[in-house]
Amino acid sequence: MSRTPLDTVEHAAATPDVELPWAELGLKKDEYERVVEILGRRPTGAELAMYSVMWSEHCSYKSSKVHLRQFGEKAPENDAMLVGIGENAGVVDVGQGYAVTFKVESHNHPSYVEPYQGAATGVGGIVRDIIAMGARPVAVVDPLRFGAADHPDTKRVLPGVVAGIGGYGNCLGLPNIGGEVVFDACYQGNPLVNAGCIGVMRHEDIHLAKASGAGNKVILYGARTGGDGIGGASILASETFDDAKPSKRPAVQVGDPFQEKLLIECTLEAFAEKLVVGIQDLGAAGLSCATSELASNGSGGMRVTLDDVPLRDSTLSPEEILMSESQERMCAVVEPEKVDRFLEICAKWDVIATVIGEVTDGDRLEIYWHGGKIVDVDPRTVAHEGPVYERPYARPDWQDALQADDAGKLPRPRSAEELKAQVLKLVASPNQASKKWIAQQYDHFVQGNTVLAMPEDSGMIRIDEETGLGVALATDGNGRYAKLDPYTGAQLALAEAYRNVATTGAKPLAVSDCLNFGSPEDPAVMWQFAEAVRGLADGCLQLGTPVTGGNVSLYNQTGEAAIHPTPVVAVLGVIDDVARRTPVAFQEEGQLLYLLGDTREEFGGSAWSQVVHDHLGGLPPKVDLERERLLAEILISASRDGMIDSAHDLSDGGLIQAVVESALLGGKGARLVVPDGLDAFTFLLSESAGRAIVAVPRSEEVRFNDMCGARGLPATRIGVVDGETVEVQGEFELSLAELREAHETTIPSLLT
Amino acid sequence: MTARIGVVTFPGSLDDRDTQRAIRLAGAEPVALWHKDKDLKQVDAVVLPGGFSYGDYLRAGAISRFSPVMGTVIEQAKAGLPVLGICNGFQVLTEAHLLPGAMLGNDHLHFICRDQKLRVENAETAWTADYSEGQEIFIPLKNMDGRYVADEYTLDKLEAEGRVAFRYLDVNPNGSLRDIAGITNEAGNVVGLMPHPEHATEPLIGTGRTDGLPFFTSILKKLVTA
Repeated sequence: MSRTPLDTVEHAAATPDVELPWAELGLKKDEYERVVEILGRRPTGAELAMYSVMWSEHCSYKSSKVHLRQFGEKAPENDAMLVGIGENAGVVDVGQGYAVTFKVESHNHPSYVEPYQGAATGVGGIVRDIIAMGARPVAVVDPLRFGAADHPDTKRVLPGVVAGIGGYGNCLGLPNIGGEVVFDACYQGNPLVNAGCIGVMRHEDIHLAKASGAGNKVILYGARTGGDGIGGASILASETFDDAKPSKRPAVQVGDPFQEKLLIECTLEAFAEKLVVGIQDLGAAGLSCATSELASNGSGGMRVTLDDVPLRDSTLSPEEILMSESQERMCAVVEPEKVDRFLEICAKWDVIATVIGEVTDGDRLEIYWHGGKIVDVDPRTVAHEGPVYERPYARPDWQDALQADDAGKLPRPRSAEELKAQVLKLVASPNQASKKWIAQQYDHFVQGNTVLAMPEDSGMIRIDEETGLGVALATDGNGRYAKLDPYTGAQLALAEAYRNVATTGAKPLAVSDCLNFGSPEDPAVMWQFAEAVRGLADGCLQLGTPVTGGNVSLYNQTGEAAIHPTPVVAVLGVIDDVARRTPVAFQEEGQLLYLLGDTREEFGGSAWSQVVHDHLGGLPPKVDLERERLLAEILISASRDGMIDSAHDLSDGGLIQAVVESALLGGKGARLVVPDGLDAFTFLLSESAGRAIVAVPRSEEVRFNDMCGARGLPATRIGVVDGETVEVQGEFELSLAELREAHETTIPSLLT
Repeated sequence: MTARIGVVTFPGSLDDRDTQRAIRLAGAEPVALWHKDKDLKQVDAVVLPGGFSYGDYLRAGAISRFSPVMGTVIEQAKAGLPVLGICNGFQVLTEAHLLPGAMLGNDHLHFICRDQKLRVENAETAWTADYSEGQEIFIPLKNMDGRYVADEYTLDKLEAEGRVAFRYLDVNPNGSLRDIAGITNEAGNVVGLMPHPEHATEPLIGTGRTDGLPFFTSILKKLVTA
């Protein structure tokens, strides 16, 4: 079989009429024409491969960019921000010379196709983003959404995803400290597997993805490059490029956490010895992304010899090598005199490391293969100057009808007995039930710094053993609220995560997000997206918590059916001394329960409306971000000054859900009294935002009340921690044993 | 004078730094040992920490057992050097035949992370002297391959000789035979267990208990008074 001639730059210039498979690679006609215009000739096969992956929605954010700009434009003044949007992850100052980097990403589509590896490599990818900033990863979180809990396919997807996250994260030695698990039929064909990671470093250790200094070497290290994870690989392996290739490659990557653990340790050791000028991990779009971004962000150009890339499969074509998404690889830029030491450290950890190129004083990215130049591009046109779309968007015509379908008009329980039955049904429902079966498959203890982990309101990690400085992270999102009103829904997600950080005693500092939506080609979805981004940007401005980075996942859609718009918001907080953290569990009998905030009749999108009536309609709860800020200040002060011993945020499921969780975790019951002016149903099940319950030791009651009074935060005494039951006086009483049975058996019985 | 206690780092070790911290909290001096290095740096005792050495892709502990450092550890353990294997370290000790039996995958086939209740069955080993026999303690457990197995003869012998050091109480989390959580060799200098005492050494961290600290104070007292 004769090989087609190598498609060099020269060959491309000489053969302008060769047809390239740009459409199969996912480029639109005008995008391809733009590539030709940029290059002044047709691209080579390798150049086409690079442009097609880098200009994909996933890498270029071409549909979302015009909206995401608001996060920068509306960014609040915040001295803590050290590195903002655009790098691998944002970095914030947490004091005492420490900087923290964190980010949430999606791995939705691969996790549906192959749950274990899809989820595992999602963890791997976000962890490499964090290492690439110069930080030691210290914890992971996983916000997850699946189809209906009782759907047969959920039994395939969920256990695989959970095992994959555990299998990878546990083996890396990263404690898993939080996240969410939500079930809804809208995620049936499109589960959302988001993964977040926190890393810690000293200020002076921050590293950026930047190739500078002509003559500096480009080192590829980590796993060998294989044929896994090539997007659109079936096309690449088709006859157009070379007909002597093996065909179809799997599009889902396969993870090797052991290799990643070695990569973490050897990278951190190289950082510690100041051997690294710039660094980039290889994630989506693999070497195409790493080389073009490093070169584009730096001051010079870059020359790469692709023949030097260590391969798992010697038959890979240069196009495939450029597009491969083989996991556990990183790319470092190192000064020539430090290369030997860098390679020594890699050898110590048994990590393969190879010099594949160098930084040049030009401004081109040039890639060679078998002596021929197969790529000669301005790296900025690949990495940063991709297409930008102003996709049409329009408020869907069904939105009014949805909002008019008021959940407040749903039949409410008519007797105490019925209320009791509904409460029991609620706490046993898949979304409100204990997720212990899932959480116990993750290591919470490794690294020995975990102060709080799920089911606490936020995860908390100690970062300094001497001073007790710590960080907290909470992730929240409610697709039902966002479906009813995307602007408010995004703000509710922000408010909840912000509140969850504050209930543990930490001060909210910065935000990352993972925006999960349907197809941007549907104007209704695009409207949801635009509204959610606007809501989140406005909310962050008002709360003074900047968005430091994040991720957009579009096309979460099967046929015409899009998922609920699901902005997942992560809020990072800082606490001066983790000894002052506030847990969810009731600590001591006799302590007084206070409800902070205002309770209104708000049931739109509520857990009650879903569990009891299978209903979604009306308006989501109102957002008052000034109130959220005040509530957070009170919770933080009360924690710092020892006025409260436990606190729990109120969100889906309302007050009764929170009380039941605190009671079961503490093994102590509660006696509740319905406050004046509220009916029992609204008191227990409304989902008004801006609320929390706290347990106040009797000795602190006066001081606590004075503080709330002086600051103008409504604080209502609603009961006392007591006994072996949760009792709502004059209504019903449920024993802890009965509640535990209801709350803790649902998930295991559905999934095992 | 304090004792120097070595902690081996294999590729894929995860709890090595945590173990060093626990040793420090107990008042001893932790010494980092490297798997490729035969030299034990004249330490007075060695801990093989938890993790997934070499990814545990073959059989947990099966490759680490052949590392250069283990050659020396095996030799010196037979001569009386105190050695503690935690989780993956326990697996390495059985693979190295310093302790009998073997570890299989958990019977429920899932990774499990929980605060585990144990009963101290032998408070006379180098690593358990600060406990009392029959004492009930909580130590975090987290593993994929924690199901201890051995033939009936070996199990009977372990029981008869008082070499079952720890037993799971309330819940057997992985299907271990006779609820065995940890064992010791005949001389009492080599102890292995699946739960992680290094994760139960500070009141605020993890489960908030310090039930694991006596492992490290036991060995310190023994070494300092020896």
